[in-house]
Amino acid sequence: MRRTLPNISLHVVMIIGVLITIFPFVWVAIMGTHSRSDIFSSPPPFYFGDNLLVNYEKLLDVMPFWTVLFNSLFVSVMGTAGAVFFCSMCAYGFFAYDFRGKNIVFGVMIASMMVPPILTIIPSFLTIKFLGILDTHFALWFPGIANAFGIFLIRQYMVNSITRDLLDAAKVDGASDFRIYWSVVLPLIKPALATLAIVMFIGLWNNFLAPLILISTPDKYVLTLALRSVQSVANSPWGAIMLGTFLSMVPLLLAFMFFSKQMMAGLTAGAVKG
Amino acid sequence: MSTALDQLNNAEDVAIVRTSNRKWRARKKQFMPWLFISPYLALFLLFTLFPLLFTVYLSFHAWNPVAGLANMEFVGFNNYAQELTSPWFWKAVYNTVWLAVTTGIPQHVIAIPIAYLLVTAFKGTLRHFYTATMFVPFITSTVAVSLIFYSIYSGNTGILNQWLLALSGVPVIGALFAWVPDAMPIRWLSKSDLIKPSIAFVVIWKYTGFNIVIYSAGFLTVSKDLYDAAKVDGCNAWQQFWHVALPMIRPFIFFALTLTIIGNLQLFEEPFVLTSGDSGGVAQSGLTISYYLYLIGWEWLEMGAAAAVSLLLFIIIAAATSLHFYFNGKKGLEGNR
Repeated sequence: MRRTLPNISLHVVMIIGVLITIFPFVWVAIMGTHSRSDIFSSPPPFYFGDNLLVNYEKLLDVMPFWTVLFNSLFVSVMGTAGAVFFCSMCAYGFFAYDFRGKNIVFGVMIASMMVPPILTIIPSFLTIKFLGILDTHFALWFPGIANAFGIFLIRQYMVNSITRDLLDAAKVDGASDFRIYWSVVLPLIKPALATLAIVMFIGLWNNFLAPLILISTPDKYVLTLALRSVQSVANSPWGAIMLGTFLSMVPLLLAFMFFSKQMMAGLTAGAVKG
Repeated sequence: MSTALDQLNNAEDVAIVRTSNRKWRARKKQFMPWLFISPYLALFLLFTLFPLLFTVYLSFHAWNPVAGLANMEFVGFNNYAQELTSPWFWKAVYNTVWLAVTTGIPQHVIAIPIAYLLVTAFKGTLRHFYTATMFVPFITSTVAVSLIFYSIYSGNTGILNQWLLALSGVPVIGALFAWVPDAMPIRWLSKSDLIKPSIAFVVIWKYTGFNIVIYSAGFLTVSKDLYDAAKVDGCNAWQQFWHVALPMIRPFIFFALTLTIIGNLQLFEEPFVLTSGDSGGVAQSGLTISYYLYLIGWEWLEMGAAAAVSLLLFIIIAAATSLHFYFNGKKGLEGNR
């Protein structure tokens, strides 16, 4: 008999899993409220301290936190908006037309998804350097706005949700190609656009390698880079760093609280459907 | 007469206009799809195809990016020879493979049974709560997570060491931890034999939840009838898991393993942050290939050698993936089709 009410031992397994998972998040929140000497005292405090404001001031001392947060937000929003627009546009090109060379281009695109990013990182860096956009935010979000994953994801969604008849009907009504894409197709693929937006935003927000090699001016740092850069400073104010680390995670954690279903579905979309 | 001729001319004109219109339309029709996919093509050429070819070209040259393009010097296979005889390179290969295996296997060995229990024994909100919570590490930045663990692992006062100390004081189980006070402080991130396990734990912690979600989706595709049939045939709970559910999610295992292999072999951020970005930690015990590549290219400014290393890494990834496809591919993809 399968029981609807799981027995206690199963709950215990799950709760242990949950505790191991959330402990570092709780810990970083606690550390963010303590002074350096509290953190490095023994035993370490397992309660919220009263040093939050001091840590906040120190955080602003070691990095322009809000500038950096805004940079992260800017890069993520631009990259996400760009990807939603350009990936869906390219996907429409692959979906709505039959043209010579389509299969080859599409095949190459699929194959390019298998190329590990590490392989192209050096010449991409050089390309960016030659384009004169080294040390700009543009270099962080622009190269990814028409990416193979996004185009593939949206094309698949179009194939499953939009009929040829609909496109033909729109054409008969005299709608231009761009208009069909913009006014007919886009509203119908909103769920796929949302999925792509989630994946892009999280990826850009958490991106570290690209900023590490492309950005050199501290005022242009994004969160990941700024936090990492204060890690090895001598006598680093750990309370402040932990506070910054915690704050940097808050936006995504909040979003996850409200949209956990969509975010989980989005981030595993490639895997589950593959 | 003249009117009839005019009419004829008119008709001809119209016909000409029509055909040119049609030609224009046909051309436009050919041109349109390319217009739509042009953003991809442009970025693909600029940031994928060209870089790919240039990496190959670069790997046969010695070049310091600061010196400008003119200073590129052809050196044949020297970069490859240099790397393949470099102890750092082999250390990085060893560390990468070590980490890939020790973080790869537990991710799945833990995720599969947990996903199975979640799907078969829990329902609705509770199942979602457990799954979602365990997924959280996947959406948080690796840098942030690694910084947190960096402080947890801290030698003198990290919470991990404090807990171990506290456990050694507990009456019964204390005996198990009796070695702890003598070993203090345990320097998780600055003792060469502890660095890799410490990194490995973070990686397992971060990606297990992702696999749980994938496997949950897999187990949800197994129909209840199958379990019922198995029960009628006298299968116990374990047999239902092993002989009924597991074979059905083979395609999911195959795919999740593929992602793990490709991702783990490119491990960079966790070791980089946990070793403070300092040449791979003590005795390069935390140096992975991607990390090494970064050091060569951006710290030592030897782009040619870095390009060679990136191609060698690609060969390793391709080989590992091919082996995986060869041994698991057929079984993996046959699954429940």
